[in-house]
Amino acid sequence: METTSHAVLAEGLTKRYGATCALDDFDLTVAPGTVQGLLGPNGAGKTTAVRILSTLLRPDGGRALVAGHDVAKDPRRVRRHIGLVGQNAALDEAVTGRRNLILFGRLFHLDKRRAARRADELLERFDLVEAADRGVRQYSGGMRRRLDLAASMILAPTVLFLDEPTTGLDPRARNEVWEAVRSLLAGGTAVLLTTQYLDEADKLADRVAVLDRGRKIADDTPDRLKRELGGDRIEVVVREAAHLQPALRVLALVTEAGGEPLVDAEERRVTAPVEDRVAALTHVARVCREEGIAIEDIGVRRPTLDEVFLRLTGHRAHEGDPDPTTPARPDPSADPGGRGDPSAPPDPSAPSGKEVAHR
Amino acid sequence: MSAATVPAEAPERRLYWAIADCLTVVRNELVHIARQPSMLAWQLGFPIVSVLLFVYVFGSAMDVGASVDYKDYALPGMFAMTMAQGFMNTATIVAFTRQLGVMDRYRSMPMAPSAVVSGRGVADVLGASLDLAVLASIALVVGWRPHGGVPRILAAFALLLLLRFALTWVGVYLGLLVPNAEAAGNLFAVALPFGIVSSVFTPPSMMPQWLGTVAMWNPVSSTANAIRDLFGDPAPHGGSWIETHALPMAMVWPLVITAIFLPLAVRRFQALGR
Ligand SMILES: Nc1ncnc2c1ncn2[C@@H]1O[C@H](COP(=O)(O)OP(=O)(O)OP(=O)(O)O)[C@@H](O)[C@H]1O
Ligand SMILES: [Mg+2]
Repeated sequence: METTSHAVLAEGLTKRYGATCALDDFDLTVAPGTVQGLLGPNGAGKTTAVRILSTLLRPDGGRALVAGHDVAKDPRRVRRHIGLVGQNAALDEAVTGRRNLILFGRLFHLDKRRAARRADELLERFDLVEAADRGVRQYSGGMRRRLDLAASMILAPTVLFLDEPTTGLDPRARNEVWEAVRSLLAGGTAVLLTTQYLDEADKLADRVAVLDRGRKIADDTPDRLKRELGGDRIEVVVREAAHLQPALRVLALVTEAGGEPLVDAEERRVTAPVEDRVAALTHVARVCREEGIAIEDIGVRRPTLDEVFLRLTGHRAHEGDPDPTTPARPDPSADPGGRGDPSAPPDPSAPSGKEVAHR
Repeated sequence: MSAATVPAEAPERRLYWAIADCLTVVRNELVHIARQPSMLAWQLGFPIVSVLLFVYVFGSAMDVGASVDYKDYALPGMFAMTMAQGFMNTATIVAFTRQLGVMDRYRSMPMAPSAVVSGRGVADVLGASLDLAVLASIALVVGWRPHGGVPRILAAFALLLLLRFALTWVGVYLGLLVPNAEAAGNLFAVALPFGIVSSVFTPPSMMPQWLGTVAMWNPVSSTANAIRDLFGDPAPHGGSWIETHALPMAMVWPLVITAIFLPLAVRRFQALGR
């Protein structure tokens, strides 16, 4: 056993499938008792990373220690210290929840009595006592996920891998899973969680690594990442398409330095990163009213994964998707006020309303 | 709450766990059968309907030559065909296990990796014994009587299970090869001719020559003819080498199949990690 203070230590992991590089020179460290998020769109390489670290897949290059053991050289040792919740609920659908836990307990080499006792404990902990003796086929999505989590906790793992544990769940089931994950942390388990949702990484993770086409393009705390990414965004939906350009110019006034407003013509929506959410909101609302721009909806929200990607990589998260959102600059020729620079520093306090007066 | 601690495992305990884990998987499969007896009925639906059709509908019109009653010819054939097509079930379950992610869970656990495959094999042979028990009971009801004496009858059933066991590896291999369970279902296009182009329903000597040759050399034919012999109703045949050596070939074929497909299945299983 190699001594290391990391729950996970990966260096230069690489995995190729023909011409696609599913994982490219991937480094990662996860400290015990923390949650590491792995954020990325479809095909970014999240599952590949999890499969390599959980001994299911051999990397083409690099090495990884999980719970101090080399995943390639000593997979059996690693397997005694990990739990895996894959992208699909890995349960025996034909038997009851309790039997599932006993089956997996026995395969974790617990004797009959301990397997049964552990099953009881976990059913209790994941709030499945009532459903314990029902067939898994009758479980809801959230219940399956919780049973799946319970099964991966049988040996109180040092590292728990969760591959998109809430994809496809409704908000309530998602909350149930989040609660369950939080409750694990007290036990010192390190969690590697992949997700396509920034807010999920934000809620659960101590650190978030962002993956794009197999490459890690960022790895930081959610707060710093968000700050770097521009934090909050103001969002304005206008009533008429003709008001999109004027609205864009108004938003340019409050756009933070280095940021860029986005237009979604189909949704008649304009968004922009802002620094001070309250000031931006009140300013935009006021200027729009003064200029007669009819607003259907206005609000401030977190950036979406799409916006994070655009910012980090300069390309869209789901390239090829029909996505009407495109980075846009206000058209200077249509700007009587002459303020064509959307990257001008935001100055919500300045009485700039008249300068951009439109019409 | 007491978290279970990690049990120690010495390398010399490997064999012990390989067997113990296999039995754990098998026990779970038996729970499946106990919980869903209707599944068994579905699986046996085709052979049972065939038995009834062949005995009552076509039986009177079928003449397989000599003084052989068609029942005594077709029913053992049906047993062999059911065993032969069983690899379909194996393939479907393996593909489904993999698709669901249960295979990944097993592979991420400290259990013996061999148990994933060996457990499947043992469970399938036990399931096949149940299939045979049901089929034989129905056969007895419609008037089939084996007259070879108990040891020969047991030997016949052992040969049937041997064929089924060998074909389990074909099932595991194909189940790991296909992308999903639906695709495994399409394997029926292979399983059907494999069962039928044989001596199961008609003697190959009564088929067009090229087809008859294929049918004769079909492993299912050797098993079918061998058990007809053991049940005391030898099948009429054209006297070719393969047909006169049905009994030894009923043992050789399964060994050949195992020798080819067990390594292929193991290789395929290991390739999941690549
Ligand atoms: N077995 C495979 N054979 C060929 N290509 C593969 C295989 N597995 C993954 N890939 C490719 O590797 C890349 C990364 O896939 P991966 O499944 O790791 O992505 P992901 O981030 O988990 O995506 P998702 O959000 O869809 O689960 C993709 O381009 C994928 O097509
Ligand atoms: Mg994935």
